[in-house]
Amino acid sequence: MNKTVMDRRGFLGRGLAVGCSLAASPLMTPVSFAATGGENRLVVIILRGGLDGLDLLQPDVAALKLMRPTLAARAPSGMELSEGMMLHAAAKPLWPMWQAGELAFVQGVSTPYRNKRSHFDGQDLLEAGTTQLPSGAARDGWLNRMLQHMPNSQMTTAYAVGADPMLLSQGAADVETWSPDVGFVLSSQGARLLEMTMERDPAMAQAMQKAMALAGEGGGGVLEMADSSMMMDELETMMDAQMSPQGRGRAGAHLRVAEFAAEQLRDAARVACFSIGGWDTHAAQSRTLKAPLKHLSDSLLALKAGVGEKVWARTTVLAMTEFGRTVAENGTKGTDHGTGGMMVMAGGAIRGQTVHGRLAGLEEVDLFQGRDLMPTDDVRRYAAWAIRESFGLDRSALETVVFPGMKLGDAPGLLA
Amino acid sequence: MGFDPDIAQTRFGYGLSPKVAGPADVAEMMAFLRAQEVQMPRFPFPSDAEMREKMLALLNARRKISKAEKGSDAQQALQKAYKAARRASKQEGAKWIGATLARRVWSRDALRERLVAFWNDHFSAPGKNVIYRYTEPAYVANAIRPHVGGRFEDMLIAAVLHPQMLHFLDQNNSVGPNSSIAKKRPQKNLGLNENLAREILELHTLGVGGGYTQEDVRQLAELLTGVTTIQKEGTAYLSKRAEPGAETILGKDYGTRRARMSDVHAVLRDLARHPDTARHIARKLAVHFVSDTPDEDLLVSMGARYLETDGDLAEVIEAMLRHPAAWAAVGNGAGNFKQPELFVSSALRALAVPKIQLREVKSHQLERLLGTPLRTMGQPWRRPFGPDGFEEGDTHWLTAQGMAARLQWALGVPAEVLDALPDPRDFVQTTLGTSAPASARFAAEAAENRREGIALVLMSPAFQRV
Repeated sequence: MNKTVMDRRGFLGRGLAVGCSLAASPLMTPVSFAATGGENRLVVIILRGGLDGLDLLQPDVAALKLMRPTLAARAPSGMELSEGMMLHAAAKPLWPMWQAGELAFVQGVSTPYRNKRSHFDGQDLLEAGTTQLPSGAARDGWLNRMLQHMPNSQMTTAYAVGADPMLLSQGAADVETWSPDVGFVLSSQGARLLEMTMERDPAMAQAMQKAMALAGEGGGGVLEMADSSMMMDELETMMDAQMSPQGRGRAGAHLRVAEFAAEQLRDAARVACFSIGGWDTHAAQSRTLKAPLKHLSDSLLALKAGVGEKVWARTTVLAMTEFGRTVAENGTKGTDHGTGGMMVMAGGAIRGQTVHGRLAGLEEVDLFQGRDLMPTDDVRRYAAWAIRESFGLDRSALETVVFPGMKLGDAPGLLA
Repeated sequence: MGFDPDIAQTRFGYGLSPKVAGPADVAEMMAFLRAQEVQMPRFPFPSDAEMREKMLALLNARRKISKAEKGSDAQQALQKAYKAARRASKQEGAKWIGATLARRVWSRDALRERLVAFWNDHFSAPGKNVIYRYTEPAYVANAIRPHVGGRFEDMLIAAVLHPQMLHFLDQNNSVGPNSSIAKKRPQKNLGLNENLAREILELHTLGVGGGYTQEDVRQLAELLTGVTTIQKEGTAYLSKRAEPGAETILGKDYGTRRARMSDVHAVLRDLARHPDTARHIARKLAVHFVSDTPDEDLLVSMGARYLETDGDLAEVIEAMLRHPAAWAAVGNGAGNFKQPELFVSSALRALAVPKIQLREVKSHQLERLLGTPLRTMGQPWRRPFGPDGFEEGDTHWLTAQGMAARLQWALGVPAEVLDALPDPRDFVQTTLGTSAPASARFAAEAAENRREGIALVLMSPAFQRV
């Protein structure tokens, strides 16, 4: 879709329908963006539900096999990363990325969140980036505080200040939001009439105009229709698809989010964040972990393909989760909420083929409260170093504003 | 400026309905609000005691699974039973949302429904786990709803001491560091959690600009330490958890004798009657109902009425409705932009969606018609980010994504919830009333089809601004 035509003509000026897609999948949340100076890109993906790092990257440790009689007994995937660390078979699409030096992991990390193991609080703390749970009206996210310390940070002009359901990007800095799953089919006549009703309400008209432009760019593409009867047929089909129960959250919803993020990053945006859910694998983990791993793999590949080679070379992706999972498998062949977890890194800008961090012992005595992987480092430290190496923020801003209470420590050498 | 029959419904209700008459004047609005309400028995919600039983049944079903022999047939049967119970509770939750919508769509006393939503947001306490997400509607029905035309202090006490709030703001983890229970178990490191105390001062009563200090927060947290939840009984006061000694809050001593619940009530009543609370509540109501930048004199008269009546909320609402600034006309970009929940609810009222359909909605339908769309519009059903509830400012809602999601909803959902869409030419009349702007009338008439005609009316500024 040609954006300049859109801008010039206001609402859709010709006979066309903005096509799209289904209601948002419950696994996905809207993407948010910010444009800043410099050429480096940072993407933060929140993995909601608690990723089991010990399953994504299974260490060859006898204690683990005892505690996970079914989960650790599966056939080796053949994708050995280092010292017996075996990548989960469902993450196979990422294997070429690992080999290309564009994938890394940080093991044994966690936020400062301890003891309670609530998703709600765990995600709040992860996104707030603080040591204590945020309270009251003063709630903002570390990504937003980072933007406030970046030189030349500005709104992407194509976007409006928006509602954002991710605490991560909330705060004083302007962050644009858009969900590519929002869409509609409207006749050209309908679009003209809509514009007319909003003529005297500039704020509404402006937001609507941006919505039209974005739906055209990021939705399932734009259908141009010569005559209105043909469009109505098309429209009926799309509406049926939208409204059918099978249609909801159909395969690919997560891809559109990553593709839309990539599109913005290729353009003016320098920072993007979104989330992928489905990691809360309490039961039948060998089955239930497959879908979220596929979604993560798909999203990383879509980002890489979407931003293009040049931008990918300057991109750092951090995929973070609120906590890890219990070391022992539970009675339903799954794992419960734990503590020490894992961060996944990707991008052409990173030092790949590396497993950072230290894995604590897996014998029962080594575990946190006798059940969870003992965290050996603060996950915020790695995020902070990624920010520092990408955007040059100084130590004191990182330690006092972006991640208050965090000690930056020595550089782990995350970027290439 | 004064009473306007359309504004009475759009700004102080859930909008115009083709089937339900609006109030004739302020006196009628107030008579409804002061009378015994009629909607509650028609769309019943469980009492706190009933809700506790339902909750315990679910918890017990879960416990039994973990007690049964791993992998045994018995355990599998228990798991199956638990799953069925969870499904049933999910459907029950959908029924309660349906009932809430039915009240909004069909009540003549729509101001009451708006107030329930307003106070629900003021005392936001969304569940942090499956169980408490399930119980939230009962909290609203029992702690908020009975008090919207009553006194603020009664609502304050009912809401902040309700198990739902004690769960949400971590009061159940707050123990006096010198209490007998903490001394008996030193290895457990039991201590204060200030969350509830802080939000009571910052959000529920005095407001963030109110005259209190961190020391007041701590002292209030200490006073609250005896308050906790007992699963089988609900809210309880356990003196063994209470911090010994008196506490001083805003210069006044509480709990000088032995620790007890009545001290907690006393401080809450004092906080409720504080001038900062009067200002905070008056402003919040005026911003929510009238304008992001409310008339100064409106605030003064509402705040004064609050103080004169020790926080009689019906009196404060009447002060608002009797003030000319409350009836300022909309149009040309003036007027509050509806929040998503109000947008959707008022659209359902304009469409007069049959009660039976709302009452018998299935949870998967509800997710598609309401859950997902509201999330995309930025206002997931009763799940604000934090205890401060949803944003009031229009700019927060007037976004590209929000508008796109509203248009998507307006084009798709009406046709799904009604057997036959109304004629847009009638719909514009019944929905926007006598003051329907010419542009909206024209759009309704010129639309290519009914579906777009209905959507154009719902998307028009005349519908979305109140």
